[in-house]
Parts: sequence; C-alpha cells; structure tokens
Amino acid sequence: MTTKTSSNPMVSHPYLVREVVKETYDTFTLTMEPETGANGTLFQPGQFSMLWVFGIGELPISISGPPSQHDKLVYTVRSVGQATHALVSQDAGCGVGVRGPFGVGWPAEKAQGRDVIIVAGGIGLAPLRPLIYEILSNREAYGRLVILYGARSPRDLLYRKELAAWARHRDTQVLVTVDYGGLSWRGHVGVVTTLFKYARLQPSRSTAMVCGPEIMMRFVARELEGHGLARKDIYLSMERNMKCAVGFCGHCQYGPHFICKDGPIFSYEQLRPLLEKHEL
Amino acid sequence: METLERIIAEHPFFADLDPEFVALMVGCASNVVFKAGTYILKEGDPANTFYLIRAGKVAVEVVAPQHKPIIVSTLEVGELLGWSWLMPPFQWKFHARAVADVRAIALDGKCLRTKCEENHDLGYEVLKRFAQIIEERLEATRLQLLDVYAVHR
Repeated sequence: MTTKTSSNPMVSHPYLVREVVKETYDTFTLTMEPETGANGTLFQPGQFSMLWVFGIGELPISISGPPSQHDKLVYTVRSVGQATHALVSQDAGCGVGVRGPFGVGWPAEKAQGRDVIIVAGGIGLAPLRPLIYEILSNREAYGRLVILYGARSPRDLLYRKELAAWARHRDTQVLVTVDYGGLSWRGHVGVVTTLFKYARLQPSRSTAMVCGPEIMMRFVARELEGHGLARKDIYLSMERNMKCAVGFCGHCQYGPHFICKDGPIFSYEQLRPLLEKHEL
Repeated sequence: METLERIIAEHPFFADLDPEFVALMVGCASNVVFKAGTYILKEGDPANTFYLIRAGKVAVEVVAPQHKPIIVSTLEVGELLGWSWLMPPFQWKFHARAVADVRAIALDGKCLRTKCEENHDLGYEVLKRFAQIIEERLEATRLQLLDVYAVHR
C-alpha cells in the first residue's frame, strides 16, 4: 500500500475533530476529518501522525482506525500530560494540525498466508487495531488470528465491545487478562505472558506483532521465542521522543536507528542487541 | 471410565511421570468439587493439600486492610493450585476461591511428603515439577510488580 504525505513533511494539514469517545477514565478516541474536505490519508497499520494542538505543542500518536477509511483519521490517546490532556479535551469542531503518516508499519503483507499472533499491553492495543481491522477484512489471506491483550485492571481495558466482536470471527482467538482484578472481575488475572498457555499457537507458521511498554515487550518476545518463534518473525513497536518524525532531528535515535523513520516497527532480530542495553 | 491414575498421568503437571510414581500419587489423591464462590483455601490455615484443576477457574486473592480483596492471579484447567504444603510452616499464604464451579484432584500433602521422604527419586521428580511452576509464577509476579501500564511521571 502506498501512503500519501505532504510534499513538505514538516507542514501540518488542518483537520477538524468530529467525534471524541471516552474509552476509559483517562483514554479517549478522536475521529478527525480534513478541514478543507480535501482527499483523505492513506496509511499502513502501525504508522503514526504528528498532531499539533494549537498553543500547546505537537505529539506523535499512532493511528488506531481502519486503514480502509481514507476520509477519516482515528487516534486513541491516553491523557497523561499537558499536551495529551489538551488533545483529548478538544470538542467536536475544534481544529488540529496533522502531519504524516510517518514510519514503517506492521508487516501485514509479509504475514499473509501465516498465522498472526498479536500481543498488546495497555494503550498498545491502539496501534495494533488497524492491523486487526486489516486482517479481519481480508480474512482469507491469513491463517489463525490470536489476540492476547493485557491491561492494568478491568477499568483500563480498551475497545471492550470490539474485543468481544473480534472473538466471534472464525479461526480467531481473543484472550484478555488484567494484572489485578477486583472481586467482580470474572476474567483472567495475571500478566499478559500468562495467557500463552491458553493460546492455540503454531509457532513455525506464525508471525507475532507486539505493542506495549518496552519491558512487557521484552518478556513477551522471550516467551514467543521460548514457544519456538524465530526472532525474524517477531515484530515490536518502539517508542521514543519523536519530534521531526522524518529522521532529521535525532531526538528518537535508538542505537543506529531513528524510531520515527526506520520504525516504529522493528523485528526482534534487529532490536534484541539493543533491548537489554542499560539506559538506551 | 476415567480412573484417578489415568487423570493424574494425563494432567500436564505430571506429564511423562514414571507409572510407578503415578501409582504412588494415586494413593494420596481424591476427586473434589467446589461450587462457585466457595473458598478452597484460606490464608493462615494449615496447608496439607494441593489441587490439579480439571474444570473451572480459581482466583488467588490477597486481603489488604481496609480494602476489598484483590485478585492477583487466576488458575484454570490444567494448572496447579498450592505449594505451601511442601515447605514449613505448611500454612497457606493466600486465599483461593472458586470463580466458577471447580472440579479438581486433591493430593494429600502430608501423605505425599512421607512418600517423598521414603523415595527420594519421587521427591526429586515432585520438586523439579514444583520448581518449574514456582519459577514461572515468580517471573510473572516480578513483571506484575513492575506495574508497567501505570503512568510514571
């Protein structure tokens, strides 16, 4: 799939917020459309945009909507600081500047014909959601889909209705866990790696795509490797302080890579030597 | 008809266990059922049993003062509940509650401890299998303690 970016990647395009949906107590999904009614944006699952909140600053946010929906851009944002709080506080009709999409997405085409194991932690489900849409809308092209999702507590779970709907698709297994549960929680409790013993995996014919806090991804990658997946078949989405988004400024340098341009998706084979380096 | 011997031999925890040892286990085993909502074990009580879960789900709970209990893990079919019977002071450290109706094989820890003392080959097999479970749960607990999804400002 090709993606369309502005001829000058540093120039923001005006978008209008059309809808803000509260997913959890601190996480919101914003749907935006081009202000001018111009053509929409093509993107690959896993790519991100730079969102400019006027008067506040610019934020790198992964696209979380369906890749087939070109006229809208959807972002799921956790309000954790001044800029993200300002972004999720936008009302319908407010303007936001959008640059991008940027970066290398999930290897969706390369995974065709294979089983796909998706492992998400916390807000990490958002950058994986376009990939799930892509697989489910092109179901014949993929083998079994296994989605393992972990969150901190039941009230932190994203996209609850969609998780239930995804589980109803054929040859699709969705397992959800929380790190801590209250007495009313009837589901699984334990870190996301504890779900592997319930997953129906065929490691030799599987590609895994993982997104979540970096420590969680390290544990998950080790678990996947332990189950027999090759390092080249495990992909992780990395996060660093991205500013220019095109590899000029160096803010997001990670060893020899720029996360914004060379990533954010990398194979575990590429990342493994870097993941255990102190303070990198 | 499923015999205790067959159930124990086919349970993942005892996979590939020597049939002679399975026979020794059967002498300490019984079928048990817990209705949803009942406590299987309670913190501070003597720990003289462990359970191989055959059906249902068990919540392991911690009671914190002035708070409702917190579920720290759940155990399901094919998993094992309880290792405090293996080490002094033989007391449960957590509560465990049946979330759904549970069918399990209960193994008498006192009986098994005696057999392990008499037959160290059996004792080594049992300890190796428990060490594997303890290692897996310790790693999961460490990751849980890191609280990786929290906002660290």
